[in-house]
Amino acid sequence: MEPILEVRNLSISFTQYGRGTRQVLLPVIRDLSLAVAPGQVVAVVGSSGSGKSLLAHGILGILPYNSHMAGEISFLGQPLTPRRAAAVRGKEIVLVPQGVTYLDPLMKVGPQLRKGRRDQSARTASRAVLERYGLGADTEERYPFELSGGMARRVLIATAAAETPRLVIVDEPTPGLDARAARRVLGHFRELADGGAGVLLITHDLELALTIAHRVAVFYAGETVEEADAADFAAGRLRHPYTRALWDALPQNGFIPISGAQPGPGEVGEGCPFASRCPKGRPECMGPVAYRELDGGLVRCLYPEGGEQP
Amino acid sequence: MKHRLLFTGKKLIRMALLLLGVSLVAFLLMSASPLDPLKTNVGQAALGSMSQEQIAKLEDYWGVNDPPVERYLGWLGDFVRGDMGTSLLYRQPVSQVIGQRLQNSLWLMAFAWVISGVLGLTLGVIAGANRGKLADKLIRGYCWLISSTPAFWLALVLLVVFSVWLGLFPIGLSVPIGADAADVTLTDRLYHAFLPALTLSITGVANIAMHTREKMADIMDRDYVLFARARGESTRSIVLRHGLRNVALPAITLQFASISEIFGGSVLVEQVFSYPGLGQAAVNAGLGSDLPLLLGITVVSAAIVFLGNLMADLLYGVVDPRIRRGAART
Amino acid sequence: MMGWNGRKNALLLLAVAALVLCVVTVAGGLLADRAMTTDFTRKNLAPCGAFLFGTDWMGRDMLARTLAGLSLSIRIGLLTAAVSAVIALAMGVASAVFGGWVDALISWCIDLVMGIPHILLIMLISLAFGKGFVGVVAGVALSHWPSLARVIRGEVLQLRGAVYVRTAEKLGVSRLTIAGRHMLPHLLPQFLTGLVLQFPHAILHEASVTFLGFGLSPEQPAIGVILSESMSYLTTGKWWLAVFPGLSLVLVVVLFAAVGEQMRKLLDPASVHR
Repeated sequence: MEPILEVRNLSISFTQYGRGTRQVLLPVIRDLSLAVAPGQVVAVVGSSGSGKSLLAHGILGILPYNSHMAGEISFLGQPLTPRRAAAVRGKEIVLVPQGVTYLDPLMKVGPQLRKGRRDQSARTASRAVLERYGLGADTEERYPFELSGGMARRVLIATAAAETPRLVIVDEPTPGLDARAARRVLGHFRELADGGAGVLLITHDLELALTIAHRVAVFYAGETVEEADAADFAAGRLRHPYTRALWDALPQNGFIPISGAQPGPGEVGEGCPFASRCPKGRPECMGPVAYRELDGGLVRCLYPEGGEQP
Repeated sequence: MKHRLLFTGKKLIRMALLLLGVSLVAFLLMSASPLDPLKTNVGQAALGSMSQEQIAKLEDYWGVNDPPVERYLGWLGDFVRGDMGTSLLYRQPVSQVIGQRLQNSLWLMAFAWVISGVLGLTLGVIAGANRGKLADKLIRGYCWLISSTPAFWLALVLLVVFSVWLGLFPIGLSVPIGADAADVTLTDRLYHAFLPALTLSITGVANIAMHTREKMADIMDRDYVLFARARGESTRSIVLRHGLRNVALPAITLQFASISEIFGGSVLVEQVFSYPGLGQAAVNAGLGSDLPLLLGITVVSAAIVFLGNLMADLLYGVVDPRIRRGAART
Repeated sequence: MMGWNGRKNALLLLAVAALVLCVVTVAGGLLADRAMTTDFTRKNLAPCGAFLFGTDWMGRDMLARTLAGLSLSIRIGLLTAAVSAVIALAMGVASAVFGGWVDALISWCIDLVMGIPHILLIMLISLAFGKGFVGVVAGVALSHWPSLARVIRGEVLQLRGAVYVRTAEKLGVSRLTIAGRHMLPHLLPQFLTGLVLQFPHAILHEASVTFLGFGLSPEQPAIGVILSESMSYLTTGKWWLAVFPGLSLVLVVVLFAAVGEQMRKLLDPASVHR
């Protein structure tokens, strides 16, 4: 099946001032590749500060003015140029943002959902979509500050479901929600995928991502280090040492912390960014490491877990 | 509702205390002045030719020998009863002088206030929404230049160009010279107020536009604007639907805070156009050591400024749903 | 790494503006005598090669008068801006550090000073000090501090809440050390920009108050005096008496504003992006 979204070798960087008057190019995402097929939920998992949100903004073509993007993005088989991105965003590609700050604080929920349309059909549609997520008609008359955390999240999902999206990009949908509410919210995304849309779920929470994702891309310091089937995790078929470490850090898997800290943007050399924290790190890891196929997944490691030594 | 009344009451008490402070500070400053009102108003030469008795009478009139504390308490007591004393220069009750002058100035200030508000907001929103583009650069350049220009010099230049060279407008005054108050038409008033009002507006627009631009630029960086873009809204729709809505609140504050600036500007502009408004009266009172009048003008203008702030606070409560609904709920 | 950019531009602009202002200040100081020289054989000359800004009704060289006036304005501007910035620093820090009734009192004072229209307040203070040089300096210096004081108060409050400052307090580091080592470096850029951004206001207000007759005395070469005198001659067509001195004043203020703006840009941490 042709993928809805295909991202190849995407990199995003910012121009910044270093010391004094010197300008430097600061890479935030490097050589990122992934694909989302119809009906599929693909999770991009990485700890905070790894530049995940920018991936969403890059696909939508709404990066800030001091950024540069390189690589290829195609949507429904056609290259996603800035012009095309502007035409499809909010219609065929929708974003579900992180929190209530993404709603206009001075506009009632109803008009925000309807994007300025005032006709009867728009009203019927907005009421219907709120109802679909268990929100009463009175929600339309509320301002964002009058919504609880869970309600706000559902309103944000409603903004996406009000369209007929082919691709739903979800940015950190669960912070601030208890486990049950989080699972319910994720269930809504699974529904959207079951309806035929592709869902790109960007999160720091591997455990929750695994409850709905078909495939998982693990993101570390601006790079995808592994792409695997969700089933690979429980089966222990993991490839990259960082993925293994993330998995082992989950409470039910031993709660083993990873020592050290993730390098920030601009602190990464050409080698594997995880090398300094990797239990199997070797001098060769400081050189270039290719992203290659292994066992039905992809991995960026010279000495992958369970793989044969090169 | 109770909450709002309490809020307004607290603000009013604070305002009364501030006005008391203003009157005290203004009085202290004036009575600390080493300038001798007799010398400035009667003249050294005339004083020399006067008898002791005459001088003593004059000293009495200008209140030179009264102890300051007594003088202030006397003034305050009268003020509370609605009597602001008698202007020494105009030999009329201060309230009457201020009433007349304020009426003249109100024309100017109201005109400038509305123009600078509407135009300043529009330019500020345009500049803030188009940050770094040509429109922004032009508007910022204008604001920068005007805020670096003394209002009185701008008034002088307009006077030279429009009145002296082109002869389009009168050199000064609020009505034709020698005209009877009853004969003065609205056209006459507008004709005479035009240049002063234009000067005040030009400077006022720059001030409001510059601050509105900052707020608007700040709004354009917010999450909700980013999300609106992600939902496919055009820049136009974002500015009209989200920008204006959110810039309205700071705009209210800016608009009412500008009253003080416009009053300050009117002092200078009225001087250049010899327009008989409150500002000119303040300058005359200051130069002529007319303590009751200057004190009266200071208190009245401070009261206008504080009332403006209060209006802004109250309007905020009506416009901002977070205050309006938040207060209703608790 | 890239050849030309915003920061280098800002530095260059800053240097040029500062240089021009220095030249004007020094030249005006040197020309003070020439500005006072009267010569009735050359009175009321329109601008020409020998007298670029023309001469007045006493034959004084308007260019020399203007430069001398600007020089005086700049020096007064520096003095008053510095004094009011120091007042603002003291008030802002005291308000934030002591809190309680000190804070309430200072906030009340700020509201009070801001409640009186600025020009009126300067007039009043100048009267209290007997007008003239002392009067105008006191007036401008004592009326410009509130807005900067508010900014500094907010900044100090924010710093006091910062984790590293609270940690230092817990560890028993003395208040003085905290203020010196942790707060000052953060406050300094804010303070300096605030100081420089006060210059334009200070200069404009000095000229305005002098123009109204509450500032420098008529014998002194001041822009306010020049413009106030020119009023009597404008209707007879001697436009140059008002136009050039005023334009030069605008130029000086623009340059000061440019210095402040470029400094703000360079010291603002947010400007690293771009």
